[in-house]
Amino acid sequence: MSDKQSEIRYLTPINIEIKKDKYCRFLKSGIKYIDFKDPNFLLKFVNEQGKILPRRVTGTSLKYQRKVTQAVKRARHLALMPYVGDMLK
Amino acid sequence: MKRKKPYICRQFQLFKIMNRYETVFILTPVLSEAQTKEAAGKFEKILKDGKAKIKNSEFWGMRKLAYPIQKKSTGFYQLVEFEASGDVIEKLELAFRRDERILRFLTVKLDKHAITYAAKRIKRLAENA
Repeated sequence: MSDKQSEIRYLTPINIEIKKDKYCRFLKSGIKYIDFKDPNFLLKFVNEQGKILPRRVTGTSLKYQRKVTQAVKRARHLALMPYVGDMLK
Repeated sequence: MKRKKPYICRQFQLFKIMNRYETVFILTPVLSEAQTKEAAGKFEKILKDGKAKIKNSEFWGMRKLAYPIQKKSTGFYQLVEFEASGDVIEKLELAFRRDERILRFLTVKLDKHAITYAAKRIKRLAENA
């Protein structure tokens, strides 16, 4: 019975997604305040169009995700960051 | 659970609670160097009239704006960090709105993490300056 199972050969090799556990970079590095005045740090949390990346992508905790969005919105208000960018990276 | 405002005894009420603020404003690029200094000085004078203590003021100079504001694509940025009581902010922002040389301004109250960050930032700028 068991050898029949091992005989099963898949047409395409199944790639098992290695589960890379996401972590909150602010908790790990101990950053307590996200400054809205330096845009190049905030560019890490924004995709090419200038939209804020969701938590499920960046893995940041809720508390710091709110600080990030507040900082990004303040930077946009002060024209340090664009509302709609093109190929920001 | 809404935090009750702490009871402030009579004589302590007269003492105004000083908060830390930082404000960034953008001046139109058409100004000459002297005019930008004069404009920045005007707002610092308003703060001094309101008995505010200016901790740090930086002039970032001409920077490119991420998007055009009032048909202008560059502007002079000025940052002022100060300690003041709450009512000074109203006067300051009124002056900002009245002055047509100001393209945009943003005043932010600093919490304790922001204050430690600001102190570290000043040290870092002083080091590599």
